[in-house]
Parts: sequence; structure tokens; C-alpha cells
Amino acid sequence: MKNTDSTKTVGSVAASIGKQYGIFIVLLVLMIFFSIASENFLDSHNLLNVARQVSMMGIAAVGFAFVLLLGGIDLSIGSLITLVNIATAWLMVNAGWNPVLAVLVALLLSASIGFFNGWIIANLQMPPIIVTLAMMIIIEGVAYLICGGLPIYGFAKSFAVIGQGYVGPIPIPVIIMAIVMGLGMFILRKTYFGRYFYAVGGNEEAAELSGINVKRVKYLVYTLSGFFAGVAGIVMLSRTNSGQVIAGKNFEFLVLTACVLGGVSVSGGSGKISNVLGGVLVLGVLSNGLVLLDVGDYVQKVIRGSVLLIAVALDCIQHRKKA
Amino acid sequence: MILQLKNITKRYPGVVALNNVSLDVAEGEVHALVGENGAGKSTLIKSCTGAVIPSEGTVSIQGQEFPALNPKLSEELGLAVIYQEFNLVDELSVAENIFLGRAIRKSGLMIDKKAMAEKAAEIFEQFDIDIDPNALVGSLTVGYQQLVEIAKAVSQNAQILIMDEPSAPLTAAEAESLYVMVEKLKAKGVTIIYISHRMEEIFRLSDRITVLRDGQKIETLNTSDTTLDDLVKLMVGRELKETYPARKDCISDEVLLEVENLSGNGVHDISLQIKKGEVLGLAGLIGAGRTELAELLFGVKQRTAGRVVLHGREIEPKLPRAAIDCGIALVPEDRKKQGALLEVDIKGNISMAILERISKFFTVNKKEEQRIAESYRKSMRIKTPDLEQKIKNLSGGNQQKAIIAKWLATEPTLVIFDEPTRGIDVGAKSEIYALVNELVESGKAVLMISSEMEEVMGMSDRIIVLQEGRISGELDRKDFDQETIMGFAAQG
Repeated sequence: MKNTDSTKTVGSVAASIGKQYGIFIVLLVLMIFFSIASENFLDSHNLLNVARQVSMMGIAAVGFAFVLLLGGIDLSIGSLITLVNIATAWLMVNAGWNPVLAVLVALLLSASIGFFNGWIIANLQMPPIIVTLAMMIIIEGVAYLICGGLPIYGFAKSFAVIGQGYVGPIPIPVIIMAIVMGLGMFILRKTYFGRYFYAVGGNEEAAELSGINVKRVKYLVYTLSGFFAGVAGIVMLSRTNSGQVIAGKNFEFLVLTACVLGGVSVSGGSGKISNVLGGVLVLGVLSNGLVLLDVGDYVQKVIRGSVLLIAVALDCIQHRKKA
Repeated sequence: MILQLKNITKRYPGVVALNNVSLDVAEGEVHALVGENGAGKSTLIKSCTGAVIPSEGTVSIQGQEFPALNPKLSEELGLAVIYQEFNLVDELSVAENIFLGRAIRKSGLMIDKKAMAEKAAEIFEQFDIDIDPNALVGSLTVGYQQLVEIAKAVSQNAQILIMDEPSAPLTAAEAESLYVMVEKLKAKGVTIIYISHRMEEIFRLSDRITVLRDGQKIETLNTSDTTLDDLVKLMVGRELKETYPARKDCISDEVLLEVENLSGNGVHDISLQIKKGEVLGLAGLIGAGRTELAELLFGVKQRTAGRVVLHGREIEPKLPRAAIDCGIALVPEDRKKQGALLEVDIKGNISMAILERISKFFTVNKKEEQRIAESYRKSMRIKTPDLEQKIKNLSGGNQQKAIIAKWLATEPTLVIFDEPTRGIDVGAKSEIYALVNELVESGKAVLMISSEMEEVMGMSDRIIVLQEGRISGELDRKDFDQETIMGFAAQG
């Protein structure tokens, strides 16, 4: 009897390690698999490429994780990326603005739209999924209106640095992602308002009664989500060198998958940025590896959807166990 | 023996929840299970249903041993549990709830609402309960919802009914219907395991009482041979000197809080004063407006008229934060819904209301946080291995202490307690009473809302009775009398 008990303890320790670092174990397994299946995978050039590819997802995922922590969701970030893409391109090319100014205005715009989402959700008590879905459609429409559906290109050379430049061997987008993720970790671990995200997501009423201004927390979180989506949009624009109306298409679902894979609960109140990075990398490695193995686009879609389904299922099972 | 537990031990990592507990439940008896929070009652029930598999020991139902019991199997064996949280669907009718998952069908997919309503009405008739089987469950009071839950168990031919603190959320009148139902079930030969903190009902209903303490069975007693004092002694393991500890006369002449003609949120024209060092009790029936008054004072809801003066300064908090900054604290009624952040650690719960104060450049000073939490852990004797435990892992009494610590950390001058000891054990109760004394002795004022008559009379210097949102009476300590208070609460 005692034996079974100690194995149970070992089992539960293993389970808690699995829960904390599971995503990195998955990442490791994937990497081992692809490095055996394809000789090009472990190439340092390829790995840096993966990092650069996922950087936009990683940047947007920080804000998205905040929203999920709060028990909400932000479906508008894909369209926001598109809008920032188009608006910045239009300001630089059609209005002839200085790139720095154009970028600042675009970031301000995306943060304001995020704030507006938060304001509606907090004050009209509407479900976040509906508010941000409506916003997603509106913003996409606005982006089409600005450019008439056509791509905008011909930027100043200096602008390309953000998306295509390097510091030593490291691509600049990766550095931006590292900074944003570091900021995200700092907010959640060290600041009082980061604690408020968990509190509001875990028990809104208790948070309010503890003197937390719940509305203000919602404004802040959705503003940050919009802002980080804006940053991701700028990086994407600089990398592709042309403003496209399909730039951020379905990006919200990619980011949602990454966050949930990284263990952020869709019901709010728990999650860590370090694991979100794990989720982002898993998606990146998966898509890169599949390309290297010549797996078609359509099959990739099926795989990505399945990954989202499985990740959410695991989250829900976790929750049921708790209850 | 209809239910027999033999040498049950349940270990969790680092904790022994049950230690070699044996329990025999005879057919047809009402067997009360008592003990402080954390004594192991919940784990014991879960072992009976198979929701928890004991580390050692065996469970027998109807004389048969079940090594691999699970909740579904135990239900099939006639064992039903009425939990504190009900398994009812608000949007369905009473009858549909009773037959949920076992709906009576006409043919194919059509359900026969009429037949179900008739069957439900039959069950209610057996127990003299007046509930409309077609009413929506969501429209019923908590007390009636519970009766529906019990009727559901009856309709499934439950032979053994386990009730986990069934009277805790009920008003006195609702509890009375519950007792009647328990007595009738017993008369029908149903075996009942009854968990409760309320001593009167245990003595009224039970045949035998088993006392658990710290995961161990202390004793099983015949109720008729036992006195209240003996029972409390066994539960706590020490003698409580007195339930309501004496305090120094510390009421000052200085008025701390003055409320004038306050209205809004369901209360009307409330005027009252609290002096420094005074405990003002707020009595009344459920729905009389006591919690609503507290919400107005604490800025949760907004007033429509009236004035509130604290420390000689007029205040009108629009949010709890503003009230906290004025020096008001509110220990809310519902510990799990309004008080605790269950997924957050104890330290984080204690510091939640003062995080901004102990932050610099948005960054929380973790050393300071640790120091403050640690000091309250010691002074309030919160039983926990460390402050990094999630608060949900604590027993009810310790959770409540941690939540009170959160409020004391804001250094309030007026502390409002709303049902401060609901659902917590005798030992933790007297610690909370002692704490209230300390608060007023140090010059703070306390407003105490309580539905427990003894508590409000035992702790208050003065009592104000509310009835339908208005003050219906006020008594000084020398005039305290249960009947007078009930008279004020119910008049009209």
C-alpha cells in the first residue's frame, strides 16, 4: 500500500512538471523528430528563420495572453494587424510621412482601438467575443476602404530595418519579440497591475471588493492587446515590404492557439508568458518542419486546427479535474 | 450495517486527510458527522461515494465491499449526496430537474411533461411540501431549491442520503422545512448522514454523532447520552473558555461614523452612529437590507439620498477603492465568491487590497509583501505550511482569517463584517470573536451583520434591527433579548 502511495506522489510530481513545462517537452520532441526527418532543420540559418517567422505571433501573443488571463478574448487583433499594415503604408507612401511618425501614429491608432474594445466590454457589459468580432469586421472594412483592396508598396529603405535587419546574427524582429515578452513577464510577475489581471480573471467580484478598479484593468488589458498587435503589424509590414489587406488574416486564431498551447486558460485567471513562448515556438517549428517535409498547405491547415482543438481540450480537462 | 468504513486512511502529498477512520452507519438512523473545518469530513464523504479512493482501508455498502468504488456505482447502490452547491438547472422546471437525465418520455424524443409533473407532485405530497412542479427552479428560494434536490434523490430511490451542511444557506423558517423533511425521510427508513456546524439541529435530528478531529475519529456517541458541552469539547480538543470572550469597556465618546437619512439600494432613511471602540450589531431577516446598507457604505452601490460622515468628514465613495482609502473595510458575506481569489496564493490574497501602497514605480515590493503576510499569519494563527499555498487549499476558517487579514492590512478604522463566521468551525469562530475585541479595544469601530442571533447578541454593544430596508428597532446591551429582536425584525 505504501508503495502505491509513493508512486502516486511521484506520479503527481511528474504531472505537475508536465503541466509546467509540458509545452517545452513537446517542443523538444518535435525538434528531435524534424531533425531526424529533415537534414536541413537543425541548420542554424533555418532555426533563426523559424525564430523570425514566429516573432510577430510572439509579440501579439503577449497582449492576447493578458486578455485571456482576464477571462476575455480579442478576435480583432488579426484585423488590427491588417489595418496597421495598410495605414502605415498609406501614410508613408500616399501621404508622404516620415516612417517614424507614421509608425507612431499607427501604434497610437491600434492602442486606441484596443482601448475602445475594453471600454465597450467594461461599460456595456457585452461579451468580449461579440464586441471584438464586430470590431474585427469593422476594421477589416476600414482597411479595404483605405487602399481599395490594392497592395501599397515603395517604402523608404530605412523602414525595412525593423523587419529585415540583424544585430549580429540575430534578426531584429526576434529582438523585438524578446523585448515585448520580457515586458510581458515583468508586468505579470512584478507589477501590481499584472497581479490585478489574475485577480480580475479569477474572481471579478472579489477583485472589485478588494478595491481593484475592474473597469480600468479592462481598459488597460485591451489597450495593451491592441498596442502589441500594432507592433506585430509594423514588423510584418517592414518584413514583407508591402501593405496587404490580407496581412493579418486569421492571425487571431494562430495567436489564440499559441496561447492555449502555452497553458493560458481560456476561462481566465491562470497562465505564464514563458509557456506562451513555448506555444509560439511549437507552432513555428511545426509549420517550418512541415514545409521542409513538403507537406502541403491544406494538410497544414488541418494539423493547425487539430492542435488548437487538442490544446483547448486539455485545458478543459484540467479545469474539470479541479472542479 | 448499511454503510461501513474500515480503517480508512487518505494521504495527500504532505497531508494526511484521514487517519485510520472507521465508521458504521446503521440502517435507518440519522448519523451526524461533526468536526471543525479541515477535520476530514469532506474527504470521508468522498470516500463513501468513490469520488476519492482511500490510500488504505475498505468501504462496504449494504454489506458488500467495493474496492473500486466510483460516484456512478455508489449512486446505483442507492447512495446520494446533497452538496452545498446544488446540481440544478435554473432554467428548467422543478419536475424536469427532478427527472433530469431520466426524463419520462411519451414516445421517441418527446418528453412527457405532464407525467413528470404528476410524479413530482406525488413526491412532494409525501413530504407535505408545497412546491409547484411547473415552477422554474431559478424562481425558487435557496431553501426550496434544496428540497427539490432532496426530492430528486428520493425519486432515485436513494437508500443512503448524505447531506453536507444542508442548513448553512437557509433562513430559520426554511431550515424548519428541511428538518421536517429529514424526519419524514427517516420515518420512511432512509439512512441519513448529516454534516453540520449547527449544534441545535444535530441534537434535534440525529441518533448518533461521530466526531472527527484532525483527520481522526475521536468518538461515536449516542445523541441522547451527550451534552452540547461534551460535544464541543470533543470537536475542539480543548475547552473553549467562553464562546464570546469578554472585552474591556472601550467605547469612547467620540463618534466615528455618522449616517444620516441614507437611502438607496433597497434601504430607506437609515440614520445611525458608531462610536470609536464600539461594536454595532445589525440584525434582521435575510433581505432586510443589512448587506445592502453595507454596500452603500462601502461604495459598491450608490446612495440616492442622505449623508455619511466618517471622522467628521463627509464621504461619498463611488467605488470600494475610495471607501478603503477613507478607512473602511468590508469582510463580505460569501467567502468564496466575494472574498477569496481561490487560485491565488495566501500571500497574494492578503496583499491584494494594499498592492498599490507597497509598490514603487508599479513594482510590488515583494519583501514588504512577505513581511506583512507573515505578520498576519502569525498574529491570526492562519494554519498553513507556507504562504505560497493557494488559498483554496485552506479550511474554511483559515480562509476567512486570511481574508480578514487582507482587510486589516488596509489599516481600517471601521470594519464591516458581513456574516463573519458563516460555515466556519467553533474554534475559528472564537478566534474571530477575539479579533473583533482586539479591534475595538484598539479604538476601531465594528459594524457586524449576523443572522445568528446568539452571535449578534454575544458580540454587540448595541443592536440595530432592520426590517424591509428600514430601521425597526434599536437596543442597548442591557436590553438584549432574542424575542424582542425577532419582534422588530418580523413586525409589519
